[in-house]
Amino acid sequence: MFIDYQSMSVWQLLAFEAPGWGGTLLSGLLLSLEIAILGFLFGLVIGFLGALGKLGNSIVCRDLWACYTTAVRAIPELVLILLIYFALPNLLNSLLSLLGISNIEINGFIAGVLVISFVQGAYATEVIRSAMLAIPAGQIEAAHAFAMPKYKILYRISLPAMLPHALPGLSNLWLIATKDTALLAVVGFTELTLAARQAAGATKEQLLFLTVAGGLYLCISLVSDALFKYFIRRSNKGQMHG
Amino acid sequence: MDNQPLIQPNLSQEKKAASILDLSAIKAWFMPHRILLIVITLGSIAGLVNNLSWYWIPEYQDAILEGLWRTLILLVTSFITGFLLAIPIGLVQVTGPSFLAKLAQSFCTLIRGTPLLLQIWLLYYGVGSIFPEIDWLRESFLWPYLTDAWPYAFIALTLSVAAYEGEIMRGAFAGVPNGELEAAKAFGMPPFKILSRIWLPRAIQRTLPVIGGEVILQLKATPLVATITLIDTYAVFSKIRQETYIVYEPLLLMTGIYLFLAGIIALLFHYLEKRNGAR
Repeated sequence: MFIDYQSMSVWQLLAFEAPGWGGTLLSGLLLSLEIAILGFLFGLVIGFLGALGKLGNSIVCRDLWACYTTAVRAIPELVLILLIYFALPNLLNSLLSLLGISNIEINGFIAGVLVISFVQGAYATEVIRSAMLAIPAGQIEAAHAFAMPKYKILYRISLPAMLPHALPGLSNLWLIATKDTALLAVVGFTELTLAARQAAGATKEQLLFLTVAGGLYLCISLVSDALFKYFIRRSNKGQMHG
Repeated sequence: MDNQPLIQPNLSQEKKAASILDLSAIKAWFMPHRILLIVITLGSIAGLVNNLSWYWIPEYQDAILEGLWRTLILLVTSFITGFLLAIPIGLVQVTGPSFLAKLAQSFCTLIRGTPLLLQIWLLYYGVGSIFPEIDWLRESFLWPYLTDAWPYAFIALTLSVAAYEGEIMRGAFAGVPNGELEAAKAFGMPPFKILSRIWLPRAIQRTLPVIGGEVILQLKATPLVATITLIDTYAVFSKIRQETYIVYEPLLLMTGIYLFLAGIIALLFHYLEKRNGAR
């Protein structure tokens, strides 16, 4: 079926229904956001564990986490995506077939979330670690003096006290997460950037669709920036400003 | 050793990437568990070298080296040009007239708020699609450049550096103690001399560790140009994978190459910091 895109107006091109490409863009945007959110959250979990590992007493643990963060910060995300997209499923399946379990398939969505969390985890480790180091030692000592068990110190004192220090770094990480989802376009996963590229290719309106996608990314950035600023202001209430 | 806060009176929280290698820790390399880790690493590398197939390396050696060369050229030229742009972008946000400051700020927000891949595609496919429609351009000397992927990749990477580094330079310029600038003024230095002799060197000196991390981030961004038909390291290895149907080996070698490059950059900046670092 031939559709005459050249004669359509901008609004017709961006319409949500079939001849327009707005729906494709929007579902790409949603996929991007879902992957970014999941990746960011898993990254936070990894980062939290990593920070505990790096600050803990075990030197072996510390070194292993250091290897992880160093490697992630040195290997391009695009290469990591390739590794996780192509190498990891093969590796997993050969492991699983050794155990006699049938093969699994890693789809684009899962691979995307894995990559983003893996990358975010490394950066989050550093952010949370330095935030924890910024907690005045006296607060932890006071908790010890009250004979709080370790896990209680962690969630009653360390977590809330480190949050104001970690939030600026975390807000940055979230922005990086949203932008890193664009890289999944390279392995053919239809998130916002690839959706825009497909729309652009079909309609020959390259500039329009890529600009619209850029605008959508910018909106995400600006909105999340404002949200994080609000949270940072809130978490800084009652704190000394230096 | 673990208790001293590592947060410095910080220039900016932006994309902070600490220096990757810590040379002062060389002595600590010889703790038993580290020796074990090193042995395991070397062992697994030896295992990889022996058990996987690397027959394709001699065949593609020249292509790999050429790709590596392209990656490096793109990295160095775009970073230097971008950094030169970043200096005024940072400076006007600190002292410039408000409309210039606003302009620089919007530029930084725009570039930092959108993915680099999208910017590259927007330039190459989007802006690049306009040029053929302008008739006089086709006859002009610019035409061969406009149909090549190089300029688009270079401009996109440069703008990205300019925005990220502009933000960092803004913090760095603002962080230079006022007394030093006042002292320069008291010596009757003209404004440009203050900038070139005091303000800029001090700002760069204070940001050296951050800049090292930024160069590595830029190195990690260069493979994106492979998506607009530029044959850099990444593209060469993609080609090898397509032509030989080998899955792991090219990926592993490519990962190794990028790790190696990042290590070199980290060492270089470590050296620079040691020589010129802020005390």
